[in-house]
Amino acid sequence: MTEPTYPVGARVRVKALYPPGHVRTPSYCRGRTGVVERYLGTFPNPEQLAYQHPKPERLPLYRIRFSEPELWESYEGGDGDVLELELYEPWLEPAEEKAP
Amino acid sequence: MSVDPRRRHHDMGGLEAGPIERDEHDKAPWEKRVDALMRLLSDETRALLTVDELRRAIEDLGPQAYDQYRYYERWMAAITALLLEKNVIDVSELGERMAAVEQRQRAARRPPAGSQEGTGND
Repeated sequence: MTEPTYPVGARVRVKALYPPGHVRTPSYCRGRTGVVERYLGTFPNPEQLAYQHPKPERLPLYRIRFSEPELWESYEGGDGDVLELELYEPWLEPAEEKAP
Repeated sequence: MSVDPRRRHHDMGGLEAGPIERDEHDKAPWEKRVDALMRLLSDETRALLTVDELRRAIEDLGPQAYDQYRYYERWMAAITALLLEKNVIDVSELGERMAAVEQRQRAARRPPAGSQEGTGND
């Protein structure tokens, strides 16, 4: 297993990209910032598998934790509620530390 | 912030969806067949389809078909498109086969010989 670029606890932003094809990153999390909850290992790139790629590359996959109230403007649940998504590394970029 | 308008049609996370239907319901026989078909086509020995391709083909059905079709109808349309794309079946073969099935079903519905046509009874 390759070394993950982002350690557990790192703040990452999901890239706000909107390509026309098959992707595994829901649009509601794009441009949003979350925290690495765990590293899951590498998996064949589903965005290549979807188009019959004969030799898909293996990509690091992370579970990213988002704050529900930060994600939805009219969120009615608890302040501490979180949502976790499994996202591939090419969709992530480093985010600045949260202002105190 | 809400969901970006650049999202693709199937990418519905965060949209208003109304109440969730929580009742369990059994699958119709044809739905089970579609499920079985997908599993057989994507198993290790055949490896004719991947679930990633299935998802891609479902997403590419277009908004109208995506909304109109039920869950396994989307699967069926996507599996058909992929098998054509990969030359596992061809269009005329599929057309002939669909016509044969239709004829068989019509024959099964036809009233037995000797019965009066158009009475509408029995």
